[in-house]
Amino acid sequence: MTTSTRTDVSLVAHLMRRAAFGLPAFQLEQLADKPYEELVEDLLHIERYERPVEDLMDRFNLEHANEEDYWFTLKKWFYRMINTERPLEEKVALMWHNRFATAASKLTNPFMLRHHLEMLQDGGLGNFHVILSDLSHDPGMIYWLDQQTNHDGAVNENYGRELLELFSMGRGNYTEDDVQAATHAFTGWTIEQTIPRYPNGWYESRYVFRDDDHDFSTKTFLGEKGEFNGDDIVDIVVRQPATGQFVAETLYEFFVADEPDQKAIDSLARVYFDSDYEISEMLRVLFNSDYFKDARFARVRSPAELIVNTMKLNGQHRDPYEYGIRSLLDASQAMGQELLNPPSVEGWHTGREWIDSSFLIERVNFAVERLTDAEKPGVRKIIDHISGMQPSFTAPELLDACLYAMGCWVLEEKSRQIILVDIGDIDLAPGSESFDATTTRMMGYIASSREFQMA
Amino acid sequence: MTQATQKTVKDPVLVVLQLSGGNDFMNTVVPYGDPFYYDFRKTVGIPEGDLLHIDNRYGFHPSLSRLKGMYDDGNVAVITGTGYPVPDRSHFRSMDIWHTAEPTKVVAEGWLGKVIRELDPQKQNVCTGVSFGQGLPRAMYLGGVPAISVRDLESYGLLTNMSGEDKRRAVNVFTRMYMPVEFDEARMILDQIGQTGVDALAGVDMLKPVPSLYSSNIEYAADTLSQSLRGIAQVHTADIGTRVFYAELGGFDTHGAQMGTQTDLLGNVSNAVADFFDDLREHDAAEEVIMLVFTEFGRRIRDNGNGTDHGSGGGAMLIGDRVNGGLYAEYPSLDPADQLSGDMQFNNDFRGIYSTILDDWYGIQPEPIVNGSFESFEGMINSLS
Repeated sequence: MTTSTRTDVSLVAHLMRRAAFGLPAFQLEQLADKPYEELVEDLLHIERYERPVEDLMDRFNLEHANEEDYWFTLKKWFYRMINTERPLEEKVALMWHNRFATAASKLTNPFMLRHHLEMLQDGGLGNFHVILSDLSHDPGMIYWLDQQTNHDGAVNENYGRELLELFSMGRGNYTEDDVQAATHAFTGWTIEQTIPRYPNGWYESRYVFRDDDHDFSTKTFLGEKGEFNGDDIVDIVVRQPATGQFVAETLYEFFVADEPDQKAIDSLARVYFDSDYEISEMLRVLFNSDYFKDARFARVRSPAELIVNTMKLNGQHRDPYEYGIRSLLDASQAMGQELLNPPSVEGWHTGREWIDSSFLIERVNFAVERLTDAEKPGVRKIIDHISGMQPSFTAPELLDACLYAMGCWVLEEKSRQIILVDIGDIDLAPGSESFDATTTRMMGYIASSREFQMA
Repeated sequence: MTQATQKTVKDPVLVVLQLSGGNDFMNTVVPYGDPFYYDFRKTVGIPEGDLLHIDNRYGFHPSLSRLKGMYDDGNVAVITGTGYPVPDRSHFRSMDIWHTAEPTKVVAEGWLGKVIRELDPQKQNVCTGVSFGQGLPRAMYLGGVPAISVRDLESYGLLTNMSGEDKRRAVNVFTRMYMPVEFDEARMILDQIGQTGVDALAGVDMLKPVPSLYSSNIEYAADTLSQSLRGIAQVHTADIGTRVFYAELGGFDTHGAQMGTQTDLLGNVSNAVADFFDDLREHDAAEEVIMLVFTEFGRRIRDNGNGTDHGSGGGAMLIGDRVNGGLYAEYPSLDPADQLSGDMQFNNDFRGIYSTILDDWYGIQPEPIVNGSFESFEGMINSLS
């Protein structure tokens, strides 16, 4: 391979922070052997890589053995986010989870939530038409938005409304009459529990259509007229320009920047229609675009992204036997993002709103604690990587090495100077206790910085 | 006036309690005397005999017994028929409208953020506004204005896993890295994060001793709202100058299974609020506190057989020793001829309630905060001075 096809490590770092959960530089350097476009293909072609084997967790880690608890599912999700070789699959699941927010606060049947999450993981990179159709048939979503009480003659408009407002077109692009029409079209879409709850515990629930409870009348929806059923509503919705905008905005906000760029969003919306609603086609264009490559550190990281990235650097929870993954759930809750339990159907507020005084303190405390212990396997590897770079380090050299080794982070000059003043004059050779101590001290300062909140 | 008597005038404090999801006001204060009520609420209606009667037309939901007691003491003002022009049935948008007091366009400035700026223009006290629970509400956000968010007072602290010289150095580096050179809302998110960090650190210093200063005979329940209000009582009685508090309870989006769900939620509200005011009274710290209870919208007049869908026309409550209790404004008629496409017609703008609080409680000019001039409820609040 010639050097010209190598990719700049800092660009690989950017791609992996967004399309994956970020990586330390010793792993980024290996990826950089490939051209950028090929890295994007590796991310999109999830079938090139296996999923982590989760059975081992069930069998060997009692911490994960209680299926009556949605935390069982959530612990496995964290394990998978840390260990998967298909990181984009988990990232889109996180993205859709915040769009199609369903929560354990109401979905007391843990199988419903697990099924819902698997739907987001398995289909999230697929076709939006299929995604929206699956969502409408999903027992968890049906129960979450009371669709099982949407009867012919006594409608419940919860799903009909949120499908249009929060899951596709967005406010202002439909009328109250359209909400009513969609609601009537979804009458009779319900669920059944195969076996009642007790004494045998929870069982999978499944979608059923009850034609005796369906309103077969002619409806007018978004200007079209017919004896519409729920499937027809989804067919019509995915064709709407507003839906193309919605999906494009969703991808842009999650993968590119907190501040919208209408030109970029318009171009993504065109790909939505040109590709017949393929999410992976939109992402291929997105990741290869200049606006993406230029948008370094333009997003506030969600708690889940911050936590999983920190664990990628810290190196814990790489095998299914290790206890303590529960602490990651607690941390995400304290930072304001308890996965599988969003506060409401509108999901979490993102961007600037990830940061308030309470959440910021939790973020800083978590990252600093996990990245300052030289005994942790990932921290050790980062120190060893730095140790191999040169025979001795001044303070500025060591700081630059830490920033690079942790995944090509960038501090403002002001932050650099403050850290360098604290460290003072040093000339340290690797292999000593004081070298490790100073390196982890610097890593802690980086982890506590404003810049570390971004990606 | 002598120095001593001047000191006895306490600063007015507001606690805002947000009921998220759209509380069904029609089953909170029930217009059972309206002949249409039981027509429209065939399954999601409360029998007359179960209600806590206010008079021969209205009654409180049966699980609001302790709140009803406060009402009977004259400390609860119920504002009916509250809303805003062109009601929006989206949770998201309607909550935003209540938070920003701006129904016609999307803005970022919260009304309580502006209140905090008025109360503390020099930003001398980062704890002028303190929110308990999950995250700072938009209502309290205003660029460059500090507001503290707390989840749990007992564990609130920066770099709690460090100690000694290491911690001193790390906190010092943190403080200096986060200190914005010159705050400029437009410049960069990094400055906003920086300001949040600086405020957080100052907030930690002020709030750290608070739990140790507090003792009470009131045993709050373990639920989140009770614990939030307990935290507010702790901070308020510690007298650190907090003037705006915020707490939240979610789960009111009762499209289905409303009867049981709302019963539990309102019971939770009633007990938590009553415990809170009992606690304040025990500490001789009740008089200077009023509480606003609001929700983003009411629900449809006709039930859907199991619950109720999103509607307009809700209601709010103002609670406190300085509040002149009673029913305020008109309870909207349920007559189909008077309905607004299946909803109650609102007859007073919620910004009139805000204006009443601003003018009569805080002594702040309401117009710039509520974006216009709205009729206040005269005599609803007896100001402290």
